[in-house]
Amino acid sequence: MKREGKIQVWQDYQKDIADDHYFYVRSCIRQNFFPGSEQTFLKILRRELNKDIYENPHHTSCSGIGYHSDIVPFDTIQTIVARQFALMTEAGYQNLAVSCITSFGIYNEIIETWKEFPSELEKVRSLLKKATGREFEIPQNVAHASDIIYKFRDKIASIGENRLVNQKTGKPLKIVEHIGCHYSKMFPSKGVGGAEFPHVLVGMIESWGGEVVDYPERRHCCGFGFRQYLVMSNRGYSVSNSRKKFESMEPYKPDAILCNCPGCPMFLDRWQYVIQEMEGKTYGENGQGIPVLTYEEMAGLVLGYDPWNMGMQMHQTNVEPLLDKMGIHYDTDLKYAGKDGKLIGKPKMVSCGC
Amino acid sequence: MKHIVVIGGGIAGMETACALTDAGHWVTVIEKEEQVGGKLNKWSYLFPDFTPADKILDALLEKHSEKDFSILSQTEVLSVNRQNNKFNIETSGKQKLEADAVVVATGYELFDASRKEEYGYKIYDHVITSADLEKLLLPDGDLSVAAGQNPKRIAFVHCVGSRDEKSGNHYCSKVCCITGVKQAIELKKRLPEAEIYCFYMDLRMYGKNFEELYREAQEKYDIQFIRGRLSEASEKIDKSLLIKSEDTLSGRPLKMNVDLLVLLVGMEAGKGTAKAAAACSIGCEESGFLRTSDPFLMSNFSEQEGIFLAGSCTAPMSVNDTILHARSAAQEVNNWLKKNN
Repeated sequence: MKREGKIQVWQDYQKDIADDHYFYVRSCIRQNFFPGSEQTFLKILRRELNKDIYENPHHTSCSGIGYHSDIVPFDTIQTIVARQFALMTEAGYQNLAVSCITSFGIYNEIIETWKEFPSELEKVRSLLKKATGREFEIPQNVAHASDIIYKFRDKIASIGENRLVNQKTGKPLKIVEHIGCHYSKMFPSKGVGGAEFPHVLVGMIESWGGEVVDYPERRHCCGFGFRQYLVMSNRGYSVSNSRKKFESMEPYKPDAILCNCPGCPMFLDRWQYVIQEMEGKTYGENGQGIPVLTYEEMAGLVLGYDPWNMGMQMHQTNVEPLLDKMGIHYDTDLKYAGKDGKLIGKPKMVSCGC
Repeated sequence: MKHIVVIGGGIAGMETACALTDAGHWVTVIEKEEQVGGKLNKWSYLFPDFTPADKILDALLEKHSEKDFSILSQTEVLSVNRQNNKFNIETSGKQKLEADAVVVATGYELFDASRKEEYGYKIYDHVITSADLEKLLLPDGDLSVAAGQNPKRIAFVHCVGSRDEKSGNHYCSKVCCITGVKQAIELKKRLPEAEIYCFYMDLRMYGKNFEELYREAQEKYDIQFIRGRLSEASEKIDKSLLIKSEDTLSGRPLKMNVDLLVLLVGMEAGKGTAKAAAACSIGCEESGFLRTSDPFLMSNFSEQEGIFLAGSCTAPMSVNDTILHARSAAQEVNNWLKKNN
C-alpha cells in the first residue's frame, strides 16, 4: 500500500474546523453505550485546550434514528434541527459541534437541502416560528466532535502522558479505525479525508504514536445499519456484518478498534461478546477480544485520564489488554467503583475475553 | 502561400499539417512536448487487429518527415488574436507568428484514475490503468505481481471516468470497451492459465471488427464478461485485491479476489484543450471538449471563423477516426482559404 496516494486523497479533502466557541449537541444514545465519552470530550476542550464550548440543556435528539427508520417525516426532522439551531443562535454561537455521526449527517443533509431548495428553508422557518416563536441562523461551521479532536491532535499528543506504543516491545500499537457511515459517505467533502480513505481517526492514531491497520472490509458497515438492529428479527444480519469485519481484520492482529460514531463502537464491542457466546470465537490475542474505543476515550488515555473515570468498565470487550500494552496503571478493585468509591456491582455476565 | 498554424503535434495535428503542406500551404505545428506523435507514443498495440502502435506512428512520422513544415516543440500558444483577416499568435517561446488560419488539434488527456478513490489507484500496489498495462504488454513487459509470480486472476473495470456522475464525465469515451477486449486477449495470450474478468455497464462495439473481437474474446479466450460496476476494491494482507460488485444480470452481489485490477480509463479534454480554447476564444461543450459549429456538416469548424478543429479535442476518438477527422480538417481549411481569398 502506497502512503503517498493516501496523502494525496487526504489533501483533497480538508475542511474548515472552527477554532473555538462551539455549541455542543449531544448524542441521544452515547451516554448509555459509552457514558464517559462526551464528558471526556468537554473536559479535554475546557481543561486541556482552554476552549469555549457551551451546551444548552433544552436541546433534544435530532430524531435521526427515527428519520432513518422511516417513522419521522422530513418536515418534522427539519423543524427539530431548526430548533437546535435556534438554541445556538439565542446563545450567541455560530459553530456547531456535533457528538453523533447520525446527527452530523442529518445536520449536513438538511443544510444542503436548504441550499438546494430555499423554499424548504422558508417553510421550516415558518413552521418553527408558529410552533415555538423561535428564529434561527444556519451555523457558519459544522464540525463533528472528532473533527475537533483531530484538529487539536498534535496538541493532545504534546501534553499527553501516554502513547499508542507497546511499552514492552517499543513498537507502535496496531489500530483499526472505523468511521461511521454518515460521517462522510453522504457528503465526502464534509469529512476530513473524504469517504474512501478518511483521515479523521487515522490522523489521531498516527499523532499519538500508533500504526493504522487498513484491512479489506474497512469500509463495511459496523452492523448497526439502523433497521439491521432496530428490527429485532434482523439482528442476525447485524451481527453477521460485524463478524465480517472481525474476520477481515483478524489477520492483521490489531491491538484496538477506534470509532467516531455512537453505534459503531457499541456493535463492534458488544457483538464480539455475542460471537464468543455463539461460536466460541474471539479475535484478539490469547483468547481475548479486541478492545473498542471511542476517540474521546483514546484521547483521554493519551492524556492520562483514569479509564474507569471515563466509563471504560462499561465495555463488553475488556479494555485491559490495551491498557497493559500502553503501560497504563489501573486499579482492578476500582473498576466497578462509583463516584463516591462505593462498588456499584459487577456485571453478572462475563465479558468477552475474561 | 498561406500560413497555417496547427496547435498540437499529435497524430491529428501532424496529419492535418501533412495534408495542408500537400495542398501547397506553409504550416507551423506548435507542440508542447519534446516529441510529436502524442499519446500514440505511449501505446503498444492497436485494436482491433493488434497492429503495433509504433508501426502506425513510424509510418505517419515518415510521411511527415518528407513534408516541409516547421515544428516548434516544447512550446505552448499563449494568445491568438485576429486582426485584418490574419491571426497573430504569441507563444511561450516568445515567437510571434502571423497565420491565415489556425487548426486546434490539442487531443485529449487520460482520466486520472486516482479520482475514483474507491478503486485505490496509486494506493494499492496491483491496481493499474489500461495505459499502464499497455507498456507491460510489450514483449519485455513484466506482468508479475510478486517475485516470479504472474497474476492468476485479473479483472478489468470498464468506464473508469466515463459515463460517471461522480467524476463529472457523463459522456462515453468510446474506445475503452474495445481497448479492454483487446488487452484482455493480449493478457490471455501471455498468461494462458489466468482467469480474466471484465466488469462492464454496456459493451459498445461500434467499429469495424469490434464485435467480432468481443465474440472471439469469449469463445476462443474464455474471457468472462460480467455486467456490473465495481463498488470498491480493497487490498488484502497478501497484496491481492478484494473487489465488490453486483452481477446485474443475475441480480446478485459479487465478491471476488483478484491479483491484478486494470482500470480502463476514459478520455478527458484536458488542460491543453482548455488553454487553446481560451487563447482562441472558442467554446467548449459541457464535457470540456471543443464545440463544433455543427455536428453533421461542420465538425471541423469552431465558432470563430478561420479557426478549425481536428481530432480528439472535439470528442473521444480512435486512432483511425482521428486520422480521418484530421484529413477532413485540412480539406475544410483549404476550401475556406480558397473561398476567402
